[in-house]
Amino acid sequence: MRDVENLPEIPPELQGTVKLTTFDQLFAWARKRSLWPMLFGLACCAFEMIAAAASRYDIARFGMEIMRPSPRQADLLIVSGTVTKKMAPQVVRLYNQMPEPKYVIAMGACAISGGPFKEGYAVVSGVDKLIPVDVYIPGCPPRPEALIHAFLALHARFEHERIRDLKAYQKGVDDGIPIPSLGPDLVDWRRFEPLMEEAEPVKEAIHG
Amino acid sequence: MAEEAQVQESVQVKGMPQEVFQALSEHFPGEIKPARYEGALVPAGKIVEVIRFLRDEMGYCFLSNLTATDYYEVKGVEPHLDVVYHLFRMQGGYAALHVEIPRELEKAHLPSVTSLFPSAMLQEREVYDMFGIRFDGHPDLRRLLMWEGFDGYPLRKDWKEVYYEGETKPYKSRYPKGGHPIYAEELSPLKDNIRYPEGWAPQEWDYDEADRLLYERMLSAHRDPDKPLKTDEMIINFGPHHPSTHGVFRMAVRLDGETVRHLEPVFGYLHRNHEKIGERNTWIQNIPFTDRLDYINGMTNNWAYVIALEKMLGLEVPERAEYLRVIVGEFSRIVNHMLAAGFFSNELGLYFTGSLYALEEREHILDLFEELSGARMMFNYMRPGGVRYDLPEGWLEKAKALAYERIPSKVEQMQHFLLDNDVVKARTMGVGVLPPDVAMASGITGPVLRASGVAYDIRRAEPYSLYDQLDFDVAVREHGDAYDRLAIRFDEIWQSLRILRQVLENIPEGPIVAKKPSHRLKVPEGETYGRIEAPKGELGFYLVSLGKFNPYRYHIRSTSLLNLTALSDMTRGLKVADIVTVLGSIDLTMGEVDR
Repeated sequence: MRDVENLPEIPPELQGTVKLTTFDQLFAWARKRSLWPMLFGLACCAFEMIAAAASRYDIARFGMEIMRPSPRQADLLIVSGTVTKKMAPQVVRLYNQMPEPKYVIAMGACAISGGPFKEGYAVVSGVDKLIPVDVYIPGCPPRPEALIHAFLALHARFEHERIRDLKAYQKGVDDGIPIPSLGPDLVDWRRFEPLMEEAEPVKEAIHG
Repeated sequence: MAEEAQVQESVQVKGMPQEVFQALSEHFPGEIKPARYEGALVPAGKIVEVIRFLRDEMGYCFLSNLTATDYYEVKGVEPHLDVVYHLFRMQGGYAALHVEIPRELEKAHLPSVTSLFPSAMLQEREVYDMFGIRFDGHPDLRRLLMWEGFDGYPLRKDWKEVYYEGETKPYKSRYPKGGHPIYAEELSPLKDNIRYPEGWAPQEWDYDEADRLLYERMLSAHRDPDKPLKTDEMIINFGPHHPSTHGVFRMAVRLDGETVRHLEPVFGYLHRNHEKIGERNTWIQNIPFTDRLDYINGMTNNWAYVIALEKMLGLEVPERAEYLRVIVGEFSRIVNHMLAAGFFSNELGLYFTGSLYALEEREHILDLFEELSGARMMFNYMRPGGVRYDLPEGWLEKAKALAYERIPSKVEQMQHFLLDNDVVKARTMGVGVLPPDVAMASGITGPVLRASGVAYDIRRAEPYSLYDQLDFDVAVREHGDAYDRLAIRFDEIWQSLRILRQVLENIPEGPIVAKKPSHRLKVPEGETYGRIEAPKGELGFYLVSLGKFNPYRYHIRSTSLLNLTALSDMTRGLKVADIVTVLGSIDLTMGEVDR
């Protein structure tokens, strides 16, 4: 924002044809109008996501009607429903395959915390235990309007993002999030490896 | 006089016609006893013979439901596992068979009935997965919903989940004192919904174990030793993330070139523990959970559950409530079938065009439902003994305008676009043919069964609610291919519109609920199996009550899961592109498949 205010003034005769802006602003403007969600339905909320894409709510108005089935062509992962332990490795794998900069919306109570099924033995209590989440929408399921609100919240966020802060333009290689495995229960290696280094006292903690 | 005396002497059983029980007792002298609550108790070794006798001699041609109950620490009952079979004839109620087997893992064995009824194929796998009962002679006994290697058998009563707080709800922390919520994460040892068995060594575990048995099965099943050309076959995975699988459904396919040699569906990617949670819930608390089963048809899910509950409570439903139930039920059927046809056209490659027509009508019907119940998808509308809300002002006029004018014209349009379309015909005619005998034996119900030429509709075979007074036809098609399965959905929409015409005109005034249901509902001791004709087929609930505030066993007989039993056979020999055609024509909802 600050940069926009510091731009030089355009001579009056050119004001109709020339507009000065920063590259960050231009980038945000372009990205706001071409956010591609992934066609990825998990549970009940997927139906409200489809309804949001259909004629009455029509997310094409926000430049995002192109739902890509392939994660490699998508910028936005809408976690629309309950993430089960069996599905968790696939969710992380899909997230890793998306190109940066990428965003995640946790749609509905299940994706936020496990929701009505939280106490179940096969349910991950919140997708943010696996992948970073940018926007949470409450509801069971949230209405399509709520999903559109989440898109607008993301768009507002783009305005404040600078290219030099974005992860995609940083140096170094990112291996992505280690994919959880299915053992006797879900094994999240990020949590497990530090535990393993310490062996005995921790083993007691694991087995309760 | 002599006959009367004989009837009085003989044992009275519930859950099975009296003459069937007598025939069984005569055929298997001294071995058949009445079970605890309903049906006949059969010794474990005899179950295959008894079911064969019922099928061949008594006409019980349909094994609808197979599940188990774990009796553990119940007062006055020896701990044991109770396996229950619900068999149906074309008319006249069910016959329930019970088998009691010991709880110890090594002794929990039972002969498989898959040779008689392929419909037991997936259900026996589920019972093995959830209770650890091994079925001898089952061709492919793997876990169904959890993965291989998962620790424990979750539906056993002594298996507690990580976030376990109490045996039954409402939990002490919230009721009656309240205000002391327990944060499950903080109490669990790993601060998460995770637990590992004692002495488990993560480095030594084989993490491919989860899929090893599946791939062994894939490589061995339906091999052709006399194949003329020694071509290499390959295994590919469809899903669990695939745009054409209606959610998180996975199919492992063995291909020879582009021809399907074997297909194995893999379930459990949306297993949300409905049954374990349902056993902790109070009877009323389960109603909103049923909404989330087949999330397109919350209304009919509610209906199936309250019908089972009303059977146990012996409640009469007021006439106005029955009318309301039929109205929302038939609207729900229209939504479901339009969406089914729409998404089927997605599968054929008409990317979203067909479904947009369906989704537009869905919004109109959902507006009606929202006005009535307050929610777009999760209605929580029905209660034992009636419904929750009466019609708002002007609702009937809107519903009539929709049912008489708008929907018929739109359905006609959509039907013309899809059924008279040469491309659709070329892709679907003769694809995925399901013969009627295979369909019956595989436990397939609903439009899929009727498209194969079997005129079986629970609304006619075992009328519930108002359906015996209503005038409608059971839609039947005879080829059993994907085209007929698409066409029959339109036939059924027309019948539903015909029903709506009758009920919307004649809805009487009166109360909408028998008596105000208590939130602390107590159900008399017993068990029951209640079912309705949901849009996708037979949706049943098996409930066991010990006379308390919570169900002791809450089992959902899922339509979508059973309709997938024959998927492997239907796709054998087809091309890859036809797999999604067959899958789309079956019409499934993953929430109901995995529960």
